[in-house]
Amino acid sequence: MRSRFVLPVLAHVLALIAVAPLLWVLVSVFKPAEEVFASGWPSTWTLDNLRYVLLKVPLPRFMLNSALVSVVVTIIALFFHSMAAYALARLRFPGRGIIFSAIMSTLLVSLPVILVPLFLVAKQLGLLDSYAGLIVPSIFHAFGIFLLRQYYLSIPRELEEAADLDGCGYWRRYWSVILPLSRPVLASLSVLFFLANWNAFLWPLTITRNPDLRMIQQGIAGMQGQYSSAWNLILAAAVIAAIPTVVVFVAGQKRLVDAMKTTGLK
Amino acid sequence: MATTTAPRSKPLVKAGTPGEKQKRSLTRKQREAVAAYAFLAPDVIGLLVFVALPMVLAFAVALFKVDGFGNYQYVGLANYKLMGSDDQLLASLKVTGTYVITYVPIAFVVSLALAMLVRNKFKGIGWVRSAFFLPNVVSLVVVGLLWQFLLVDKRGAISSLLAPFGLEDVSFLGTPSLALGTYVVISVWFIMGYQMLVFLAGLKDVPKELEDAAHIDGAGSWQRFRYVIWPLLRPTSFFVVVNSTIGAVTGLQAFDLVYVLTAGGPARSTSTVVLYIYEQAFTFNNIGYATALTTVVVALLVICTGLMFALTRGGRFDEE
Repeated sequence: MRSRFVLPVLAHVLALIAVAPLLWVLVSVFKPAEEVFASGWPSTWTLDNLRYVLLKVPLPRFMLNSALVSVVVTIIALFFHSMAAYALARLRFPGRGIIFSAIMSTLLVSLPVILVPLFLVAKQLGLLDSYAGLIVPSIFHAFGIFLLRQYYLSIPRELEEAADLDGCGYWRRYWSVILPLSRPVLASLSVLFFLANWNAFLWPLTITRNPDLRMIQQGIAGMQGQYSSAWNLILAAAVIAAIPTVVVFVAGQKRLVDAMKTTGLK
Repeated sequence: MATTTAPRSKPLVKAGTPGEKQKRSLTRKQREAVAAYAFLAPDVIGLLVFVALPMVLAFAVALFKVDGFGNYQYVGLANYKLMGSDDQLLASLKVTGTYVITYVPIAFVVSLALAMLVRNKFKGIGWVRSAFFLPNVVSLVVVGLLWQFLLVDKRGAISSLLAPFGLEDVSFLGTPSLALGTYVVISVWFIMGYQMLVFLAGLKDVPKELEDAAHIDGAGSWQRFRYVIWPLLRPTSFFVVVNSTIGAVTGLQAFDLVYVLTAGGPARSTSTVVLYIYEQAFTFNNIGYATALTTVVVALLVICTGLMFALTRGGRFDEE
C-alpha cells in the first residue's frame, strides 16, 4: 500500500521541519559570537555565551524567582482546586449548579482582557512589586477545578462510604481518601501549572517594576533592549529559559498529553 | 480544617422518638452544606476578587479619567466617545480581525492534517508527535525571540534559506504588509501540536468499524474522511474553532508573542487589540480609557458567547 510508506516518511520529514527552528537556535548558542548567523555547525563549540548570561546577566536570580513563584502557585492552586472540586463533585448543597456554572463561566475570561482592572485591584490590595502580587492572582483559575471535578466524579463512591462508616468527617474523607486517589491527575495538573507559570510573561511584566522581582520570561525579553544585536547572548538566555520547560515536558510527557486530551473532550 | 468547626449534629432527642430520623438527616444535610461551602470558599473568594471584581470594576472605572498618580476624575461617557475618533484603535481592530480570519482556519486545517497523519501507529510515532508538540512547550517569549533571530534581515537563517530564490532581501518583520502574515505563520507553528492532540482525542471516538465498512463499500480515503470521520468529528471541530478564536482575540498569543516579536509594528501593522489596551494603560497612562476599551472587549465576549450558546442550543455541539 502506498500510504504505508509514504505517509510515515512524510510525517518524519514534517516533524523534522517543525523542530528545525528550535534545533537551529540550540546549535547557535554554542557558536562563537561572530559566527552566530553562519549556517551549519560551530567551527569551535564554546560555552562562552551560556557562561556570560549566567554570570553577567542576573539570569539565575530570574530563574529562582520563576521557580519560587511557579512552585508556590502550583501547590496552592492544586490544594484549593481539589477542595473546590471535591465539594462540587461529591457534596450536596443548595446552589451547587449555580456555583458550578458561575465558576465555569470564568473560563472565558483571560488575563489580557481583565489586565487593567486586575492591576487596579492588585494595587488596592497592596500587591504591587511583591512576591504576593506575582503569586496570589495567578492561583485562581477554573480550568483545574473543572478537570479535578471530572476526575472525582469517576472515583467510586463506595471508597468514600467506607470512610464515612468509620466515622470520618468530610475533611478526613477529602484528605485521606480523595486526595491520595487523585495523585495521577494532580501530577498531570502540576506539570501544566508549572509550565504555565514558568512561561508567564504578561502578569509579571504588569505587576512588578523592581528588577529583583523579575521572572525569567521578563528577564530574557528585557535582554532584547539591552543587548539589542548580541544575538549569541539573547539566544543563550532564551535556551536556558526553555530548558526547564523541555525537561518538565519530557519527564511528564505522558501526563501532560493525558491532561491536554481531557480538555479536548469537552 | 474548616470542616472540623462545622456544627456537630445536635444531641439526639431520645432514641426511638418518632421525629428522630428526620431531624438527624436534616442536620446531616446541613453539615454537608456547611462543609461544601468551606471547601469552596478559598477558590470562590479568589475568583470573585481576581476575576469577577475586575470585570465589574472595569465598567465603573471606564467612566473616569485616571492620571498617573491614581487621581480619579468623573468624565461620564467621554472615554467611549473618544473611541469613535481613535484611528489606532480602528487599526488594532483590523489587525485582530484579520488575524482571527486567517489564523483560525489555517491552524485548524494544519492541525487536523497533522492529526490524520499521526493517527495510525508507525515506526517512530512517539517522536513525531512530540516534535509537533514541542513548539507549544517553550514560552511565547522564547518563540518570539527565536523567530526574530531566524528572521533577521539579510543575515538570518530564513534569508539564507530563501537566497536561492532571490528573496534574501525580503524583510518579513520589517514590512507592514508582511509582518501580520509572519505573525500568523509563527502562531500556527506554536499551536498546531496542541490542536493536533485535541483532534487525536476526537478521532479516538470514531469507531473503526464504520470506517472499515466504508472501505469495503469502496470509499476512497478522501471519501472516508469526508463522509465518515468529518461528521463524527463535529464536536471536536467546534471546540477547536471556539477555543482558537477566543485565543486569537484574547489569549496570551495576542500579547506575549507580538510584544516580543514586533511590539505591534511596523506602522502598527501587528498591533492587536489587547496590545493596544496594554499600551494605553501602561505606556500612556490612560487607565480610564484602557478600562473603557476593556469593557468593550468584555461586552463583545459576552455577546459572542451568548450567540455561540444560542447556535449550539446551550452548548450541545452535536446535531440532531
